[in-house]
Amino acid sequence: MKIHGRQGGFLNLPNDNIVKTIAVALLLCLVCSVIVSGAATLLKPKQVANKLLDKKANILTVSGIDLDGRSVEDAFQQIETRVINLQTGEYTDAVDAQSYDQRKASKDPAMTLPLSKQDNIAQIAGLPKFANVYLVKEAEQIQKIILPIEGYGLWGTLYGFLALEGDAETVSSITFYEHKETPGLGGEVENQKWQASWDGKQLYDDQGQPALGLVKGSVDPRAPNSQYKIDGLAGATLTSNGVTNMVQFWVGDKAFGPFLKRVRNGDVQAQREKIDEVHTAESV
Amino acid sequence: MASEARKALFEPLFSNNPIALQILGICSALAVTTQLSVALIMCLALTSVLAFSNLSISLIRNHVPSSIRIIVQMTIIASLVIVVDQILKAYAFDVSKKLAVFVGLIITNCIVMGRAEAFAMKNGPWLSFLDGIGNGLGYSVILIIVGAVRELFGSGSLLGYQLLAPVSEGGWYLPNGLMLLSPSAFIIIGLTIWVIRSTYPEQVEEADFELQNAHNAPAHGGAR
Repeated sequence: MKIHGRQGGFLNLPNDNIVKTIAVALLLCLVCSVIVSGAATLLKPKQVANKLLDKKANILTVSGIDLDGRSVEDAFQQIETRVINLQTGEYTDAVDAQSYDQRKASKDPAMTLPLSKQDNIAQIAGLPKFANVYLVKEAEQIQKIILPIEGYGLWGTLYGFLALEGDAETVSSITFYEHKETPGLGGEVENQKWQASWDGKQLYDDQGQPALGLVKGSVDPRAPNSQYKIDGLAGATLTSNGVTNMVQFWVGDKAFGPFLKRVRNGDVQAQREKIDEVHTAESV
Repeated sequence: MASEARKALFEPLFSNNPIALQILGICSALAVTTQLSVALIMCLALTSVLAFSNLSISLIRNHVPSSIRIIVQMTIIASLVIVVDQILKAYAFDVSKKLAVFVGLIITNCIVMGRAEAFAMKNGPWLSFLDGIGNGLGYSVILIIVGAVRELFGSGSLLGYQLLAPVSEGGWYLPNGLMLLSPSAFIIIGLTIWVIRSTYPEQVEEADFELQNAHNAPAHGGAR
């Protein structure tokens, strides 16, 4: 055993001494916790920024906006971030659209709506009162509507975005930015070719019910009702079911249904100008 | 001393490879090798954790009470892994998304614990540090081989560059789906071990059993 020249201190005790054992354990825990919490605190701002940037990049991808060499932040200026009240389907100013954290809100009982087990087909943690929507506009006309969606797959919750055309019933694209599915199987939700196959699909059937979903195998484009069908993910039935449930839930009556209906009826456009006036008045 | 350092650094590459000879750390070799780029980051993460855990454990080795030494090693390794995970999330966000849970699982990687217990508890800091780097590189060699084969034949690309044009995009190559699943990594690791042991015959273990010819066995006096 190494003998230390320093007088006193627990380091001179034999290694199997109980006092030294406890002292070494405590000291080690202290040093390690300082290192770990130091790293976490120092790197947190960068990590949060990364997550936000990744989310914005995903919104841009799903909206089909080309970066054209611009930074994500610059390109994101083109997108209008709004918050809607899911029950009424109207825009709301109850929370700030830029800083509203929908994921946090869906875990807060005061910020969520009741959701029965039968209705919760996407198995989400909670249905938030308010939800973010992202709009791409041209000359005040909505070109693309981007809805945040989430739902349970096989291993965990998938988070993604569903982009709709301005008619609020035709899908333009889908993307997932966070999931825990098996790479190569359920993880194929990230496959760009598969994501591109969502383009042009219809959300609602003739009765106005959500009809779009994944089917086993591949879809024959000439078959009847193929506009409601997407190729299933091979070897990932539970992930495929999860994606179907998620899409049907979020475009259904409990979630974005009322808002999308308003867009289709043209109510949203008018209301939007009203809010704009309020905003201008405030900023002046 | 210099030869000892060289031994600690280079021996784990082929002649004492942690995966191929010590058969440690197989689990992550299966999980993170579908893409070469992900495998490379994993190698970097494991090598740095291994080097610094060896270094810090070696520094305090004379004061670690033997009754809690495994816990002490685990605490140090776990802290280093969390730090690496945080750094990846801050500076290599895309890769950390792909590695997901596997960075956290470095804590349970047998190579790290194995080297801490077998080497760092008995050797000086500098030598332990080199041993950590050496074993990390040994692990990396296997991961790079497995990752390259799996990505090339599973997706027809290497480091993301499409080399074999897949049928689904109008090319000629039909990607081998098995390569994307874990069992293929077992097969490739097995083949790698075969090649290494053919090159270094001294690594071949003595057979536990000897196959006897059933008819002639009694005449030869049975199993010996």
